[in-house]
Amino acid sequence: MTKARIDVRFAALKAENRAAFVAYIMAGDPDYDRGLEILKGLPAAGADLIEVGFPFSDPMAEGPPIQRAALRALDSGMTLSKTLAMIAEFRKGDQTTPIILMGYANPLVNRGFVAFAQDAAAAGADGLIVVDIPPEEADPLADALDAENLSLLLLSTPTSDDARLKVIARRTSGFAYYVSVAGVTGVKEADAAAVAPHVARVRAAGGLPVCVGFGIKTPERAEAVARVADGVVVGSALVEEIAASLAMNETVTTRVLSKVESLAKAVRLARVASPTV
Amino acid sequence: MNAPSAKPNDYAAYPDANGRFGDYGGRYVPETLMPLVHELDAAYSAAKADPAFQAELSGLLTHYVGRPSPLYLAERLTEHFGGAKIYLKREELNHTGSHKINNCIGQILLARRMGKTRIIAETGAGQHGVASATVCAKYGLPCVVYMGAVDVERQKPNVFRMNLLGARVEAVTSGSATLKDAMNEALRDWVTNVHDTYYLIGTAAGMHPYPAMVRDFQSVIGLETKAQVMEAEGRLPDAVVACVGGGSNAIGMFHPFLNDESVKLIGVEAAGEGMETGRHAAAINGGRPGVLHGNMTYLLQDPEGQITEAHSISAGLDYPGIGPEHSWLHDVGRATYLTATDLESLDAFKLLAELEGILPAIESAHAIARLGDVARDVGKDGIVVLNLSGRGDKDVATVAAHLGMAI
Repeated sequence: MTKARIDVRFAALKAENRAAFVAYIMAGDPDYDRGLEILKGLPAAGADLIEVGFPFSDPMAEGPPIQRAALRALDSGMTLSKTLAMIAEFRKGDQTTPIILMGYANPLVNRGFVAFAQDAAAAGADGLIVVDIPPEEADPLADALDAENLSLLLLSTPTSDDARLKVIARRTSGFAYYVSVAGVTGVKEADAAAVAPHVARVRAAGGLPVCVGFGIKTPERAEAVARVADGVVVGSALVEEIAASLAMNETVTTRVLSKVESLAKAVRLARVASPTV
Repeated sequence: MNAPSAKPNDYAAYPDANGRFGDYGGRYVPETLMPLVHELDAAYSAAKADPAFQAELSGLLTHYVGRPSPLYLAERLTEHFGGAKIYLKREELNHTGSHKINNCIGQILLARRMGKTRIIAETGAGQHGVASATVCAKYGLPCVVYMGAVDVERQKPNVFRMNLLGARVEAVTSGSATLKDAMNEALRDWVTNVHDTYYLIGTAAGMHPYPAMVRDFQSVIGLETKAQVMEAEGRLPDAVVACVGGGSNAIGMFHPFLNDESVKLIGVEAAGEGMETGRHAAAINGGRPGVLHGNMTYLLQDPEGQITEAHSISAGLDYPGIGPEHSWLHDVGRATYLTATDLESLDAFKLLAELEGILPAIESAHAIARLGDVARDVGKDGIVVLNLSGRGDKDVATVAAHLGMAI
């Protein structure tokens, strides 16, 4: 499993000639029970892969939506241990959808990389993205994850030159994550035309499928990016649905999953609607 | 992890090429910033080795900042404590009223050299914000200062000063709305405007090369002190004392003395309402190693690795971390880190005002609060230098409030 689960999923997507829809949620947002309910509902709503954020008090690369999601999760008592417990619970009913953990270094440093990797593998996670660990600091973490056959996904960005992309690729497995805008999550909007050449650069550097995230909010934008990338990641727009449904006293799960359905549908239709790409 | 007690042959040789002081430091930043961090490292190394850069810096320190700052023998304070002879290194007499300007002059020259056209900074007490706004005004560069909303409220005079100097002050309401949140917001700005923006970090923390660079620019404090004590006393001091938040004034004082092992290096952290209450800002005395704002260092954090809020009467010390070099100096035993509470610092504030006619910054007052202990420990034949890092005019409203007085 683990790395294999990501590889199997991308092989299947390639056979279907469609891009992956990758849904990001913050574990424990708005609380453990509803967070788990959302997580369990994501595959049926169209999420091909899932990124599960684990909250951190000082998320320096997040825009306001994910900052607020982290605060909601922390206020509900969410921890890294409970995040892993949530994934273990999800795995009881789903053995195929890859789960990528995403967060910041300190909760992992606090737990110890080796202990974290063992616990994450046991819970059924497949990979990890750490926003504030660049390639320069990645080796101890990458070694710990390798030992458990978990993928480390180092981020590529508009400021990464080709030499850095090669360094990033050396310690990245599963898929490559391209951050489409220089900035924090959920603020600037990604431009599919501008992203395309970067996706090609990233793919050339590592040969892995390339998913694009940071700045994709609407089905239209998701569809456009799905024509040029192997996957589309949406996060801030989903956690904003949670915020909105809480504010309006709606059922959180229904509202989030309905947003996931519309985004996933747009991604699925992208290459059907535009077969020449 | 390395053996924490491993004692280096040359304390001044750090950080290594990866920005490490032992286990501490490093470059824990998002990939978007990483190329710029390398560019900054290269630009700083080149500037440091360039005599023209050093000459320009030196000229500005003399004619704009007013250096060297005096080393003043505090006779009544010496008599009061009844121990070692006490000297004050008068950094509060610098232009803008604190040591912060030393670093800002250096970094603004570097920013210009790198062709950056927009400056951002974070500030706690507002001293670094004022110093940043000052150098930006001098060079005609736009300046945005991120400041926690709580600090904006308790340091209004400095907010007004920054505005007068043409800077925009952004009140940060996220998190605890203090210095750490201001730094988060400054980092978010930097990652968004990476192409034209220079981040002027005010303390010896953050990602490499900042801890080393800020230390170098602040080392003028210790270098002058060394020469001034030699001239006055014909020998080195027995101890130097400084307050520590992020730790820029302390490392600036300590660094030139690192290999003079007869000189005790004493930092004083903010104990807030008391170490036992948990409401303090003492990263070394009350925290453990972790990663925040680009570096591995001692941090206040909960058992799950969430950063906890710092508490201090002093906005400038109200930060849950400390510069990585201090973490290392603590682990290897070269420096000692004590604490002082809010109340002890208020008493020290009044003491210096009454005995020497000097209002210290409430930050510096933390160091004064431990000065008697250090002076008595060193003994009557000894010499102690205290780094008086800032002046206290900005703090009179805070002090009045704690004394139950209205101004």
